[in-house]
Amino acid sequence: MRRRVLPGFGLSLGYALAYLGLIVLLPLAALAWKASGIGPHGLLHLLAAPRTLAALKLSFGGALAAALINVVVGLFVGWALVRYRFPGRRLLDALIDLPFALPTAVAGIALTALYAPNGWLGRWLAPLGIKVAYTPWGVLLAMVFVGFPFVVRTLEPVLQSLERDVEEAAESLGATRWQTFARVILPLLVPTLLTGFALALARAVGEYGSVIFIAGNIPMRSEIAPLLIVQKLEEFDYAGAAALGVAMLAFSFLLLVLVALLQRWSRRWAERHA
Amino acid sequence: MSGRRSRRNGAGGRVGRAAIIVAASLFLGVFLLLPLASVFVEAFRQGIRAYLDSLQQPEALAAIRLTLLVAAIAVPLNLVFGIAAAWAMTRFEFRGKAALGALIDLPFSVSPVISGLVYVLLFGAQGWFGPWLAAHGVKVIFAVPGLVLATVFITLPFVARELIPLMQAQGSEEEEAARVLGANGWQLFFRVTLPNIRWALLYGVLLCNARAMGEFGAVSVVSGHIRGLTTTLPLEVEMRYNEYDYVGAFAVASLLALLALLTLALKALLEWRYRGELAAHAPGGH
Repeated sequence: MRRRVLPGFGLSLGYALAYLGLIVLLPLAALAWKASGIGPHGLLHLLAAPRTLAALKLSFGGALAAALINVVVGLFVGWALVRYRFPGRRLLDALIDLPFALPTAVAGIALTALYAPNGWLGRWLAPLGIKVAYTPWGVLLAMVFVGFPFVVRTLEPVLQSLERDVEEAAESLGATRWQTFARVILPLLVPTLLTGFALALARAVGEYGSVIFIAGNIPMRSEIAPLLIVQKLEEFDYAGAAALGVAMLAFSFLLLVLVALLQRWSRRWAERHA
Repeated sequence: MSGRRSRRNGAGGRVGRAAIIVAASLFLGVFLLLPLASVFVEAFRQGIRAYLDSLQQPEALAAIRLTLLVAAIAVPLNLVFGIAAAWAMTRFEFRGKAALGALIDLPFSVSPVISGLVYVLLFGAQGWFGPWLAAHGVKVIFAVPGLVLATVFITLPFVARELIPLMQAQGSEEEEAARVLGANGWQLFFRVTLPNIRWALLYGVLLCNARAMGEFGAVSVVSGHIRGLTTTLPLEVEMRYNEYDYVGAFAVASLLALLALLTLALKALLEWRYRGELAAHAPGGH
């Protein structure tokens, strides 16, 4: 091995590992340990409870749907911001990160104020029979909001570096604009879109602050899994809270592994067809 | 080239282009700008007097002080960690590097509620260290140390994530040269490394601070919501909102929205002015 020229290897790595151990690993070990307290039977009982199932379904189903919406909308917005020059473009581009910068509690009450039945937008939707706040749709809306920047931000650098000559070649061969997009550009973007999808998904699954205000938190209907954890804590059911936490982490981990596999497959596919 | 241009400027292309721009702008306006605007409109609904009064209540001032205090502890801790982790990850080869990188990113994939929960399980009354802490009269959960720990967990990756790709791209030639010329470790860091990474460092600190001051879920679990003692600004927003004090809730929320706007403005400034000195990176859970 090459002799290390630069100093500080032991100090920097040691400090980083000790810090991570204390701040991340030790607490997560406590979570696993506490969760194991309820045993496999208790875990099954907890997860099979209708209220838990409904909450997990909403958190994961909502997050998947929100990430999918963000892929479609993010592709559209990213395309508009990268490909076209128009007045106000820089301002809109800076605005994309607003959901990252705006504290979730603020986003939560602001979205509720807009989409409540008497709110700015809600009062126009109510006569149409569309209720957003205090329904699962409100949960979805908040999840789309917090995950929105991920797809746009992962996509922008890739769109910028996309070779225009590929498109020009396709167009000169007589492909219509739509054919060029669907058959040439989109397949190249799939791996990046999956990265954005995974980031938006991970964020939305665990989201709490922006969701609980607009959700109305009706058991079996608009109650998310993180809220159930908070409720178990308030009832001093520490083992139940920990078990639900571990189950959530395990599900999200599984989903993210699936997305990573899909990504690897799509990248290979894109390379084969490039 | 000219073929493409004529095609792009054709009537059909121009209409399609305008339609895409208008649709995207409208969407961003309704979906992002309107919530932001609503915060300020709701805050001033009963006039500037009511707005200022609700911000001058002792609980609001205590929440501002507590939020500043928590960020003032959490951000420097993660700043030092970020530098140490980036130095180890980008200047040396060792086994398990990829695992270390994944571990640094882990807090972004953990629900904020779980990030708070883990500290309750460690330091709460029924936790691993709970009885020992109680015997020694130390309060962590439902007190300031718990708020700090939960905030440190949530914001741990920000600085490291910004520095690692940049320092990787910069390489270590300048530092090795300084070493050969006889600089010691700290001279090398403060005279060579730090000037090279200062804008990226500021960028990471900016994002870290925004999240630290705005975090809700994790601190909500460990706070206990003791008014004036353990309520940060986001928790104060929640408490006022749940008490139907909407003007008060939105008034406090407007402070956080101003922080968000300031963060976005500084971020855009850094990206515009110092793009070459920032990492070209995919976004994390900013």
